[in-house]
Formats: sequence, C-alpha cells, structure tokens
Amino acid sequence: MATMAQAIRLALHHAEREMGVRDIFGQDVGPPLGGVFGVTQGLETAWNTPLDERGIIGTAMGLAMAGQKPICEIQFVDYIFNSIDLMKLAGNSAWNSAGQFPMQMVLMSPTGSGIHGSIYHSHSFEAWAARLNGWKVVMPSDPITAYGLMLAAVEDPNPVLYLIPKALMRVEGKELLPEEPDKKTLKAMIDAPLGDRGEWKPRWPAIPRFITPIGQAHVVRGGEHVSIVSFGRMLWVCLKAAETLQQEGISAEVIDLRSIIPYDWKTISKSILKTGRVMFVNEDTDIVNYGEHLLRRTIDAHFYDLKARPRVLGGEPVPGIGLAETLEDASVPQSGTVVQAARDMMEENT
Amino acid sequence: MDRALRLQFHDLMVKTRALELRMIAMVRSGDGYFWIGGPGEEAVNVALGLQVRKGEGIDYDYLLLHYRNTGMLMAMGIPLIDPIRLMRSTATDPFTRGRSFSGHYAYKPFNILPVTSPIGTQFGVAPGLALAQKRAGSKGVTIVIGGDAGAAEPDFASGLIWATRPGRELPILFLITDNSLGISTRKDQVWAMEHISDRAKPFGIPTRVIDGNDPEASHAALGEALETVRRTGRPYMIDAKVSRLYGHSSSSGTNLEPGEDPIARYEKKLVDEGIATPGELKAVHERYHAEALAALEQVRLEPFPAPHTLYDHTFVPSPVDLVYGERYFNPNRGD
Ligand SMILES: Cc1ncc(C[n+]2csc(CCOP(=O)(O)OP(=O)(O)O)c2C)c(N)n1
Repeated sequence: MATMAQAIRLALHHAEREMGVRDIFGQDVGPPLGGVFGVTQGLETAWNTPLDERGIIGTAMGLAMAGQKPICEIQFVDYIFNSIDLMKLAGNSAWNSAGQFPMQMVLMSPTGSGIHGSIYHSHSFEAWAARLNGWKVVMPSDPITAYGLMLAAVEDPNPVLYLIPKALMRVEGKELLPEEPDKKTLKAMIDAPLGDRGEWKPRWPAIPRFITPIGQAHVVRGGEHVSIVSFGRMLWVCLKAAETLQQEGISAEVIDLRSIIPYDWKTISKSILKTGRVMFVNEDTDIVNYGEHLLRRTIDAHFYDLKARPRVLGGEPVPGIGLAETLEDASVPQSGTVVQAARDMMEENT
Repeated sequence: MDRALRLQFHDLMVKTRALELRMIAMVRSGDGYFWIGGPGEEAVNVALGLQVRKGEGIDYDYLLLHYRNTGMLMAMGIPLIDPIRLMRSTATDPFTRGRSFSGHYAYKPFNILPVTSPIGTQFGVAPGLALAQKRAGSKGVTIVIGGDAGAAEPDFASGLIWATRPGRELPILFLITDNSLGISTRKDQVWAMEHISDRAKPFGIPTRVIDGNDPEASHAALGEALETVRRTGRPYMIDAKVSRLYGHSSSSGTNLEPGEDPIARYEKKLVDEGIATPGELKAVHERYHAEALAALEQVRLEPFPAPHTLYDHTFVPSPVDLVYGERYFNPNRGD
C-alpha cells in the first residue's frame, strides 16, 4: 500500500505529465534529495530553490500569473509565517483585479505535530489559513485522499493550500490507489535509493486519474450517538476513540472533513441532525481555532436540534509544542480526551 | 533626437501631470478618498512607457509597477479617464472595479499586474514571470519598479538572488525610482551606500544610475537596458533619480514641495533649442487640464459598484469544488 508521501508523489507525477504542471519547487525539493519527506523524489519538474520562503511564494505567484500552474512547497508550515502577507496577496489577486488576475497555484506544506518535532516542526496552520480569504485549504488523512485531493488542488483555478499531516507521511493507506502495484514493487519503482542517486530514474506505474473534490467530506465511520468531525492526523485519533467508545456502547460517527475551506456543511449538518451531539477536533491551538467557526455555524443552524453542548477540542494555547513526549502529548488532543468528551456529552441532559 | 519624439515626451508628461493634479483636487473636492501618484516622476515614466512591448500574455513585457507610474500608462495609451475612474472608485474603473487605491493599477490587456500596497513584494514576484517568459522563448521581459526606501524589504534581496542563480539568469529589468525619501524617512538615514543599485553589483547585474528627470537621457538608457535584457535574457538595473513634488500621498497634504520639476526643465530646453514656443507648450497644459476636468465631470455621472458585487471574483469558478465551485458566499449568512 502506498504511503502518503508516495501517493502525493504519484499525483504530482500525474500533474506534471498530464495536467500542464511545469514547476514543482521549494527548498531541497529537486534532486538529489527530493524533499525532506521524499515527496518529490524522481519528479521531472522538481527543482531546488534558494532558502527563501518569500521568494518561493512570490515566484509561484509570478508563475501563476503567467499561467504556469506552479506547485511550490514550504518545507515545514512552521516556516510559512514570514510569508503570510504574500499569501494574502495571492488570495486577493483575483478579487482586487476584478477577475483579471486569478492565481492558480498549489502551495503544499507539512503541518502539525506527532514526529517529536519540537517548537518549530509541529505548528499547525489551518486556523491562520482559514482566514486567508481567497484561498482554499485542504488536508488529507490517508494516501488515497492525498492523491485525489492533490489532483483537485492542481485542477482548481484558485490558490490552494495543501497541508500534509507530517506524522502520516510514511503511514501506509488501508485502501489501494486504482491499479496500484504491490508494496514492494511500488517501492522499487518510485522510491529513490539511499546513497548515490546520480543514475537513478523512477519507473512510474500508470495510476488512473481520479479527483477527490474540494469541499467534500467523508463519513469514515457511521454512528448514532455523537458526531466527531476532524481531519488530518487527528482523524486517526478520533477513530481510535470511536473504537473505545463502541466498547462502551457509544456509537460515534466520524467525519473526515478533508477540505477546511470550503467545508462540507451538508455532511456535518446531516450528521448533527442524526446524533444531536457534535464535537470538532483538531490539533491547532484552541484560541482562536477553526473549529470555533464550525461551532458557531452549529449554533446558528442547529441550536434547537442539540442534545448536548457542542465541543471544540483543540491544542493547548501555548506558544509551542514541547519536545518531551509528555509535553507534546499534553499539547494536542489524545484519543482519551475525545473519549472523555463523548462520555460527558452522553451524560448531559438538555 | 527626433523633434516629434521630443514633443511627444512633453505632451505625455504634461498629460500625466494634468491628470495627477486633477486627482489631487479630487481628494479636496470629495471626489475620491486617497491619492498617491507620481508628479515629479513623469520623465522616466513616459520614457519607459513608450518602449514597453505592450500586450497581453507571455509574449509581451510583464509590468510589476510601483504606485507612481501613471506616466507609463499614459505613454502606453491608456485613456486619461480611466485613472480618474479608479480614483473615484466607480464601477467603471477598469483596473479594480472600485476596489483599490489610485495608482494601484491592474490591467490585463497590457500585462499590468496588480500593484500591491505591501511595499516591495513585486520584487519577489518578478522571477516567476520572467522564468515563464524565458522558458517560452518569449521576447518579453519582466519590468519591476520600486522606490529607494522599499528596497530595504526582503523581497528586494529575493529578486536579486532569484534573478541571478548561476545558469538560470532571468530577463528582468529592475527600475529603482529614487526620490531619496520613504514617507518621511530620508535615504541617508538608512542606507550606507549612495545608490541602491550598488546592491546589485555583487550579483553581476549591470547597473546604471540615470537622471530620471531627463526624458531623453531616460529614454536612451531604458531603451538600451531593455534591448540588453531582451538580447541576453539576463537582469539589468536602472537607478533613476527622480523628484517628489506633491508629497508622499494625500495623507501628507499634497502641497507643492521643493524639488526639480522635470516638465519645467524640459520646457526650457525645448524653447532654448527652438523646438517649441512658450505659447505652444502652454497650450498643451491647457488642453490636458480641460480634458482631465471633462473626464471627471463624466466620471461623476458613472455609478459606484453595487453592494452585491462584493463577493464577485473572490474565487474563479471551479469544476472540482462542490461548495464554491459555481458561486462564492458567506456561510455565516445562512446560505
Ligand atoms: C510593507 C509595507 N510597509 C509600510 C508601508 C507604508 N508605506 C507606504 S509607502 C512607504 C514609503 C515607500 O518609500 P519608497 O519605497 O522609497 O517609495 P516612494 O513612496 O518614495 O516612491 C511606506 C512606509 C507599506 N505600504 N507597506
């Protein structure tokens, strides 16, 4: 089964072969390394940039305005903060020019905690990103979605921020990509060898194109009592919690949002109507958190449908994620936190 | 130099000045909120505008402008009335449809990319456009313009680095319009060097300091620079010394400030050399002042953007987006 890094690489290859992408670039994205997580190994159009995030995003904007469909990478989302004003410009270009200069580009970046990344390799960015009007923001939680969402991001004629949960980068999927070769073969075909890569060339399997639409959530697990809405790495934390809850007779419906902006309100709303209980779980710091917007929407639309106070479970509002495992675990929601919140909701009487 | 061309310089400089003065007056008469522009910079702007390879798309020059380049637009043939529409924020403003400030142009037919308020960002965007041009074998170059103070922003350094990666040099014409001021901060309070363009030298970028108040010298230097960039596919930097005659913007009062006036200076030259009489030159001023006033009177009759257009152009329609694919909306408004 492909890992998320492999699935994204396959998607990027499809994009450069079939979709007119001519530049996949960022720090150490080109040969010999092919990205610090190996996502861009062997790609024909991958190239190394100066160590300059503003230059990377600025250049992507220039390429986009020249109609080139660039895909750029910020090595870790922790390093995107010096370029937020450029992201604002990319997001307002179409609006500001009354439609004359749309900005078709993809910006991908590893996000979140879970790899013992300490203060500067654990940041989340979705709450900041959600405020960058004019951008779409997506985050896959498994390889097959990573593939389909990347093709959607490339196809979409607007700027799309593609956040990759870095802790899931090397996790294999449960579902095969269409016509995916077996694990060993795939590795031999598209993973760069260790050591000298001078002569190495990948052999690309033919994966048929498929799109995971932007704005479409996925009900990963059906349930009756409580709706748990999440994305990225936290989705797996929520699924683990759902297993535990099942043993206690609490049936949780788990929804993978996949798209943060825009988001699939229909799916969330339907689930809330069914369960009457909802929690929004992500690992970004919880003051101020993207889940709070979903909470507000829940209150606006479903105040009288709720059986329990709706929740947002986010990361602790501290300036960083500590390196010690104890600190990291205490910083971001764990499956136990989700379980406890669900139990509390079940006991609440409204 | 060709007499007709010299008269054309004068004509376009005066046209630009009349337009700028009309827009300044519009702030005072309540016909616009904010003015920023280039009185004092007409010479270098007109000289450049006349030599742009103008058109839409990768085969033409891409223009990443500063907010003081109205003279370029006049030289490129954009109607005088259009900046007045931008200034008054009407629905007819062809640049932004009432969304942005004066001087902040965006005009696709001539590859004028949206002028940004955050100072200096254009320098970091230029390499992307120039890379696309070079790869396409285009004759176009990317022209990027900024002030002396703004060159302290990190994007200026980005532009230099990305334009000169070994073996991957890019066809960018950098133009610094040095009026020796930020808003109020003097250049000599900031810079350890006399010329901003000295910063380009270690990158191997040819540089030239010019008198930006002289349209003929500017025309010659910019022509040579553009030709060099087109021929070599490599960057070049022109550092033009210019005047700022009416202050930074309408926020600083727009009173006439001391400084060399490139138009007055050129008129003296044209008269001294027998190219035109004072009466002929004065007539040009009168004509454009009347034209600018008439344009304003017309624009006053034009509508402001309807409130419901607010959401337009936030996103381009997308076949792969199930929510905003056809239409953008505010989910908080109960859509
Ligand atoms: C990033 C940013 N910081 C500050 C400002 C406010 N500001 C607008 S113009 C200006 C001075 C710019 O000076 P210079 O680059 O020399 O250009 P000039 O106005 O002299 O043509 C400042 C500080 C801004 N627009 N953007």
